[in-house]
Amino acid sequence: MSNEGQPAQDPLIDETQAEQRRSAAARLFDIRRVIGGLFVAYGVIVTLIGIFDSRAEIDKAEGVRINLWAGLAMLVFGLLMLLWQWWRPAEAPAPNEQQPDA
Amino acid sequence: MDGDGLRLNMNGLDYLILALYFVTVLGVGFAARRAIRTSVDFFLSGRSLPAWVTGLAFVSANLGALEIIGMAANGAQYGVMTVHYYWIGAVPAMVFLGIVMMPFYYGSKVRSVPEYLRLRFNRPTHLLNAISFAVAQVLIAGVNLYALALVMQALLGWPLWTAIVVGAAIVLAYITIGGLSGAIYNEVLQFFVILAGLIPVTVIGLVKVGGWNGLMDAVGDTKLGEAGLHAWQDTGSTANPLGAHWIGIVFGLGFVLSFGYWTTNFAEVQRALSAKNMSAARRTPIIAAYPKLLIPLVTVIPGLVALVTVKGLGAESGDLQYNNAIPLLMRDLLPNGVLGVAVTGLLASFMAGMAANVSGFNTVFTYDIWQAYIRRDRSDEYYLRVGRWATVAAVVIGIGTAFIAAGFSNIMNYIQALFSVFNAPLFATFIIGMFWKRMSALAGFWSLLLGTLVSLSLYLLYKGGVVHFNSDLEESFWGAGLAFVTAVVVAAIVTPLTAPKRDEELRGLVYGMGGVDLKGDVLAGDAAWYRSPVLLGLIAVALAAVFYIPVF
Repeated sequence: MSNEGQPAQDPLIDETQAEQRRSAAARLFDIRRVIGGLFVAYGVIVTLIGIFDSRAEIDKAEGVRINLWAGLAMLVFGLLMLLWQWWRPAEAPAPNEQQPDA
Repeated sequence: MDGDGLRLNMNGLDYLILALYFVTVLGVGFAARRAIRTSVDFFLSGRSLPAWVTGLAFVSANLGALEIIGMAANGAQYGVMTVHYYWIGAVPAMVFLGIVMMPFYYGSKVRSVPEYLRLRFNRPTHLLNAISFAVAQVLIAGVNLYALALVMQALLGWPLWTAIVVGAAIVLAYITIGGLSGAIYNEVLQFFVILAGLIPVTVIGLVKVGGWNGLMDAVGDTKLGEAGLHAWQDTGSTANPLGAHWIGIVFGLGFVLSFGYWTTNFAEVQRALSAKNMSAARRTPIIAAYPKLLIPLVTVIPGLVALVTVKGLGAESGDLQYNNAIPLLMRDLLPNGVLGVAVTGLLASFMAGMAANVSGFNTVFTYDIWQAYIRRDRSDEYYLRVGRWATVAAVVIGIGTAFIAAGFSNIMNYIQALFSVFNAPLFATFIIGMFWKRMSALAGFWSLLLGTLVSLSLYLLYKGGVVHFNSDLEESFWGAGLAFVTAVVVAAIVTPLTAPKRDEELRGLVYGMGGVDLKGDVLAGDAAWYRSPVLLGLIAVALAAVFYIPVF
């Protein structure tokens, strides 16, 4: 049979599949940069708040300097995201072309 | 909620944190716009995303009102038994979706879950499911929006209307502009922000009650008592906090409800369909299972802490309802700074939930209703435009349904009721259709229709007081189970009386018919053993079993 190994065909699906050539999905940015950026910003803000926390605020959190710890944790997390992106940048995506022997 | 007993003492820096989040979310929407040229770019992110992104979006799409508020409320009300929703409920179903069902979904190139039904059965089955899915999505979007608005009103003092309109406008903006990529990228971001908000509440809560052991001791002294600390021990009868027998938990929750929800809900499956290849699509729900295993730590534990530390929690109305467990802890324990992050996380969770419903709706409306039945053979650009307008319509209707949700005491049960009506018969139809090639097109239609009618009528009879159940939850177990059985029986009766589909029409859609290529589009790294969907899935299920040991 000629189309052995191919799923059943459907005209509506084929129409949108044919448009795949025009896809601009490769222009999508890398979300790691955004996550990293937001968490670095949060980390800096919350750490600074934590450094200047008053006694009353520390007491409210059961004696834990939660702003300091949470701030530093978010800062480290944000930097790790950025580091990950720098270390392993997204490979140039070519998902729309069939790659016969990739 | 009344009065301002829950009002948080937010200061300028907390608002700065919240504002930064809103700006980032909108920025992601605008930045995703340049990657949209075709309808597949808009509805399925051009099928281009890596597995870790789609996997986290898969979890996040479900981290709406349902999870955060509802599961903490259940934690306070039912105790440790709430973990059943995660470990026997979600995880096995997610793994099953990835290993068994995803090859048919992704391999057949269908653009939505209803579209699978069109290829496997016929157009009436498809239309029935497309319409019921679209209706369910706007209803649930309304629930998420209403919950978002309630939180903003109670915590920040914003009027309900303002809160609804602001929340809806932000979700509308980033999906209309950025499409599914905008929704998915924001879901990944929201996943981390939600955790950043919930972890401090959990940590300080545990410090307050004297750690894990202190919490266990203290829960024993509450109205929940010792029974609140065990997941399985008292399930030989229904004399446990959940009022459920282990058979009900395993088959009702673990099998019918959860498999129905996770494997056929397009708002979830859509995330996997946007993955860049078969391997990534199969790993999507399995990668999602890992965070899912751990989420009870930041929902059930805060629920228990609130039960112990907040006097009078569990009131029928007012500020001390179970649903306010997490907001109450935030008020009592968090200083400004992490408070801002926690509020942001809570709002992020509602937006994630609503965005998932809206992006599922616009795809099904455009491909499965508009293109299939109303305006065929138009250009791809035309359907892209329809999708943007469908998004606007979904959000506007969602605002309306937000007020329907106001009539239910426990948001969680309302959503469960909806799922049992739509998802259980759908799952039965799918699973038979995928594994029994003889099942005819007409059998698919009647299974789905009669199954849905059975669970819907049981629900209405229960609401009307004709049939009695111990709780809403028990009703949804029974509704789902009955709908499942009905669908199976109908399929068995109708199939022999009607004509089968031809074999070549079923290729790629049914088990054992060929046409599914698991390896065809793999990228270089995908062959690594640690990226094997089967291995990753089995580890997730094993972990779920191990996690039960300390709370047996």
